[in-house]
Amino acid sequence: MFSRSPNVRTDEILFRAVTGAFAILLIGIVAAIGLALISESRLSIAQFGWSFWQTDVWDPVAGEFGARPFIWGTLYSSVLALLISTPIALGIAIFISELAPASLKRPLVFLTELLAAIPSIVYGLWGIFVLVPAVRQLQIATPDWLRGVPLFSGPPLGVGMLSAALILAIMVIPFSSSVAREVLKAVPQSQREGAYALGATRWEAIRMALFYARTGIVGAIMLGFGRALGETMAVTMVIGNNPQISASLYAPQYTMAAVLANEFAEATNDLYLHALVEIGMVLFIMTLIINVMSRMFIWSMGRQTRPRRALAHAPARSVA
Amino acid sequence: MKLKPVLMASALAIVAGCSGGSAPPATEGAGGAARAGGGGTQINGAGATFPYPIYSKWFSEYNKLHPNVQINYQSLGSGAGIRQLTSRTVFFGASDQPMKDDQLLAAPGKILHFPTVLGAVVPIYNLPEVSQQLKFTGPLIADIVLGKVKKWNDPAIAKLNPGVKLPATDLTLVHRSEGSGTTFIFADYLGKVSDEFKKTVGVDASLKWPVGVGGKGNEGVSGLVQQTPGSVGYVELVYALQNKITVGSVQNSAGTFVVPSVASVTAAAAGAAANMPADFRVSITNAPGADAYPIASFTWVLLYEDPQDKAQAAMMKEFMRWALTDGQKMAPQLGYASLPPQVVEMEMKALEQLKVQ
Repeated sequence: MFSRSPNVRTDEILFRAVTGAFAILLIGIVAAIGLALISESRLSIAQFGWSFWQTDVWDPVAGEFGARPFIWGTLYSSVLALLISTPIALGIAIFISELAPASLKRPLVFLTELLAAIPSIVYGLWGIFVLVPAVRQLQIATPDWLRGVPLFSGPPLGVGMLSAALILAIMVIPFSSSVAREVLKAVPQSQREGAYALGATRWEAIRMALFYARTGIVGAIMLGFGRALGETMAVTMVIGNNPQISASLYAPQYTMAAVLANEFAEATNDLYLHALVEIGMVLFIMTLIINVMSRMFIWSMGRQTRPRRALAHAPARSVA
Repeated sequence: MKLKPVLMASALAIVAGCSGGSAPPATEGAGGAARAGGGGTQINGAGATFPYPIYSKWFSEYNKLHPNVQINYQSLGSGAGIRQLTSRTVFFGASDQPMKDDQLLAAPGKILHFPTVLGAVVPIYNLPEVSQQLKFTGPLIADIVLGKVKKWNDPAIAKLNPGVKLPATDLTLVHRSEGSGTTFIFADYLGKVSDEFKKTVGVDASLKWPVGVGGKGNEGVSGLVQQTPGSVGYVELVYALQNKITVGSVQNSAGTFVVPSVASVTAAAAGAAANMPADFRVSITNAPGADAYPIASFTWVLLYEDPQDKAQAAMMKEFMRWALTDGQKMAPQLGYASLPPQVVEMEMKALEQLKVQ
């Protein structure tokens, strides 16, 4: 009855081998991308070495290249976008999963997903024609005493860091809020019932659910961060594309993804091309570091208080 | 993202190469080769985005006349066109700037330049207070780009525009954020009229801009200019004409202020035709001639003198003959200036260098 036919065992082995090969293929692809980036940027690496990461000059005519303004612009715009989008995304997720009446739930879910489906070039055009003029009005209305603060200095151009951060925030919200909603949905109903049984108010019960789901929520935020780092088209249309390091929200700046998209097609000499690919490598390395860090953060959060590890994987499941 | 079309183009080129190779050898010149194509031969090209509208018009019109010739063109940018031509992944390239000597040396064979049409770059601005057309000179534009002229009521602007009440608004420069042939033509002109610009900024398709903000594409620059009072930028003539944008006139080398138009651009090419080098690698910015508009340029098709695929070479030669004659008539309606007759004549002779057998 329980005897295994040899057929089943070969099936088993074959299945293992095939799925295993796919998993190894994934590692291979990442490694191949890394190697290609290194080999295609070797001239620039040889010429500039570490100074590539520390130089502010980007001069294609003179052949001097440094990535620092782009690294700054990428991190600054993404962090700002995260600061703006996180409270809004969480609010949407909490409202939909905990508070909204059933009749409102479905249209809200549909609308957030619709927001995620809009191509980034459309966001960019909307940015140029709606967001940028609005930001300019805001800048013109800035009182003089506030203009003295480095954060709000500079002429009212409309395009710049603030416009970029706002458009990124809008683009990131559907991603973070969908994942956070799924994570909250995964909190067992018994947890909430238990809280109510102990006399908790609605707000306290929601706080409890948020605490329970916190690793997954961090995952949702990190997913948004990853998207903000790599966003290209919408950002380049509103950020002003000026490679400078400035703390001002009003100043035009530049990001790594944007400079790649802008200059790749017309890069005629080898060093220039290699410098651009090295920018791609820097972006690749930074994304890798940020992903590892967020994994470790989630892992350490999960370890502090008992086994709730399953939740840490919730975002991955709902993304797929 | 940008790599994908490159791979696709090279895959197409391989396919085209195979079909060309399997066709019977061409014996009697162009006609023979065209017939040898039988079910139709594809010729692949890549390069400049600026002439893309007229090239795609030409290729589709030519395909109607010669259904067996299909020309595919990927508008990836001049730099990408030159790279793909050099690596022989496409049959022809296209560029808004002539190839430099070191680029020609790096290519595996001799490359010929053929001007196809002309384009121009025009200054645009947004000053709601001013209704007259403003006048610019090369040195003034250079000083604006260098950040030396900061306000609209600067004496340098006022002197050129007597009678115009200029506001004391801040001047904001809007430039192209991406590398582009438009920027190259603009910088090429400024380099000729201002030593300081040539020394501190230099001439290339991407620049290190001393001041200003970058907009993506013609639409990005004109969008920013139209929304920002006090801004000044530059776009292609085609784009300004089609969208009816306010443009400024620019003083040419003869001292006349010329309004950019298809006619004044052709005049610039005619002025430069007298000194046309045999390889057509010439810059016609700041060209001589009383009616010549100074910020103009040819755009080129790049071909190997001795292409590997002779059947495609014969077809391309026929196409070029057509583009230089009948094709030129389509240029003005699309906003491009057509080539002056002297240049067409020179090119027809130069086409004979193309080896088709």
